[in-house]
Amino acid sequence: MRRAPIRLLVAFPLLAACVLLLFLASAATGSVPVPLDQVASALFLRRGDEATLNILWQIRLPRAAMAALLGGALSLSGYLLQTFFTNPIAGPFVLGISSGAKLMVACALVLMLGRGLAVSSWTMVGAAFVGALVVTAFVLLVSRRLRGMAQLLVAGIMAGYICSAATDFIVTFAQDSDIVNLRGWSLGSFSGATWDALLPAGVLTGTGFVAAMLLSKPMDAYRMGEAHAESVGVNVRALRTALVLLSGLLSACVTAFAGPISFVGIAVPIMVKRLLRTAKPILVMPAVSMAGAAFCLCCDMIARTAFAPTELAVSTVTSLFGAPVVIAALIRRGRAQTDRRR
Amino acid sequence: MSEGILTLNGLTVGYDGAPVQRGVDLSLARGEIVALIGPNGGGKSTILKTAARRLGPLGGAVLLDGADIAGLSAHALAKAMAVVLTERADPELTTCFDFVAAGRYPHTGRFGMLSDRDRRAVRDAMEAVGCAALAERDAARISDGQRQRLVIARALCQEPRVMLLDEPTSFLDIRHKLALVTLLRTLARARGIAMLVSMHEIDLAQRLADRVLCVSGDAPGPAGRPEDVFTRANIQALYGLPEGAYDPVTGGVELPRVTGAPRALVLSSGGSGVSVYRALQREGVPFAAAILRPGELDHHLAMLLAVETVEERPYVPLGRDAVERALALVKACDRVIDAGVCTDGVNEGMKEVLDAAKGMGKLQGART
Repeated sequence: MRRAPIRLLVAFPLLAACVLLLFLASAATGSVPVPLDQVASALFLRRGDEATLNILWQIRLPRAAMAALLGGALSLSGYLLQTFFTNPIAGPFVLGISSGAKLMVACALVLMLGRGLAVSSWTMVGAAFVGALVVTAFVLLVSRRLRGMAQLLVAGIMAGYICSAATDFIVTFAQDSDIVNLRGWSLGSFSGATWDALLPAGVLTGTGFVAAMLLSKPMDAYRMGEAHAESVGVNVRALRTALVLLSGLLSACVTAFAGPISFVGIAVPIMVKRLLRTAKPILVMPAVSMAGAAFCLCCDMIARTAFAPTELAVSTVTSLFGAPVVIAALIRRGRAQTDRRR
Repeated sequence: MSEGILTLNGLTVGYDGAPVQRGVDLSLARGEIVALIGPNGGGKSTILKTAARRLGPLGGAVLLDGADIAGLSAHALAKAMAVVLTERADPELTTCFDFVAAGRYPHTGRFGMLSDRDRRAVRDAMEAVGCAALAERDAARISDGQRQRLVIARALCQEPRVMLLDEPTSFLDIRHKLALVTLLRTLARARGIAMLVSMHEIDLAQRLADRVLCVSGDAPGPAGRPEDVFTRANIQALYGLPEGAYDPVTGGVELPRVTGAPRALVLSSGGSGVSVYRALQREGVPFAAAILRPGELDHHLAMLLAVETVEERPYVPLGRDAVERALALVKACDRVIDAGVCTDGVNEGMKEVLDAAKGMGKLQGART
């Protein structure tokens, strides 16, 4: 009890500093490097020459803000799913929610672009959320029939495959001009972020975060065991539904604005829990959101600058860093289980 | 009956409309422990689940202080009733203190922050179960015995008036079983908590419970004080055991006796033959026992396990009849085992039996 607060007192400011620094660094780097002091003065005082201001305010700052916002949302979405499954190796992709969102966004893009209509960010989020909800409803329906978590996971994975197959089908028969749009988006990228898109993204992500924080107490009871949670007065069914819905909202938001981004949702919560040495949701959720923001800012910077002027898909970078974390966690978990059996 | 804290009122329990137990009537007073006893699948857990409102009743009602629990809020129910189920979750990165503190849920605010009073309650509960020293340990890295104590502490710091425990002693070794029974008795008395406990160890239930209720078939069986309920006939009927298997004196269960003509004769007195009987029983050797007096432990067990038992009344010198019967058995058996028989005073007649066995070269010590 005495050591934990010191660890937390260090960890939270550290994470906040990381987010701020990476945000500024992200704005500073690119084909036209801008010194950090100019970034700061442009950001806080709106002072600087016009070209720099334009690059920062029109391109880099919205992009960095989007990466931070969606990185946090994605990590939180993953953490909610892990709580739902009481399994640290679960992510937004596992339940098929991201694939459902992807399918609906693809449908919306092909339908509306085919008729020469512009696709607003609200439409994209709406489509993604509908897709996420359909898959969520499917998974919840299955969960009512099957009680085991393993079956539920399999159901989610299968739903994901079905949605991916349908997306491939649509892409195959879409017109060439649509495909260009789809390809860029379906690889996952924070490029093209605008202040117009940031507003809905911020509102949705913020709402999701607040709602999740309000659930932190029942979530804490739930991770001690479903029967225990029920016995101390938690409405377990309502909690589980809320977890899935919130997680769906957050990952739909990410999918709509940046396309599918892999591994962030699994890897970041694993790292954060090891950093904090606690699994209490009320502490983990803010930390996970900040760490997710820092992680995506960092990955986006690498994606932009590593092979400039060629830009990598952000998923390429997140997978590169995220997958080893997940594999390490799997090995550790397996080892811990054999230890206990001994 | 009506002043009980927890009352099961003509309760019918079961799954999906199919009753498992009908018409369960039970009332628990402050500090009283009632054990539900019965075979696996008999409905003990179903009754507990229904009493905990995890399962709706198919008929009747569960009353808490006279009020139907169906009408209580989840919060009000959790403040009055703690439930210890067999569920095993291993929350990651959780200290034993935090594990126990999860029981404070009904008492904490919106975000579950612990007040000083909450912390005191948690420490107090850990103290009561003898786990105070574990507070900083990782809850995933403790023994099963410690773990069960933590679960009890978690229920305790919920400050309930009623505790429901589903097979709390299963999976514990004998030392921890006894320690847990002692703990529950102490807690029930000291804190006035009414406990409804399911278990399948009859001997433990006898030591734990003020009253027991037999649960099997589709309606509850005999109920009352354990010493009145745990008769040979009741237990054999409850578990569908063969004749003579349950021993109400030891509270243990015996395998059926090995039948056939006796091949060994065991001479013992004052309980010295018990281990030899068990060894012969395991080896499948039908045996006779001599010369025993009612009230001796070997006499009691020989009546259950031996093919033939030679008896004599307590405190009188061995009569001629008994000695002759023993001599006949010495002749009939392949070997005679001296398990430490007394040959002094009223037992002097045993010398003759031992000499006869030695003369025929059949006498062995208990160890050979």
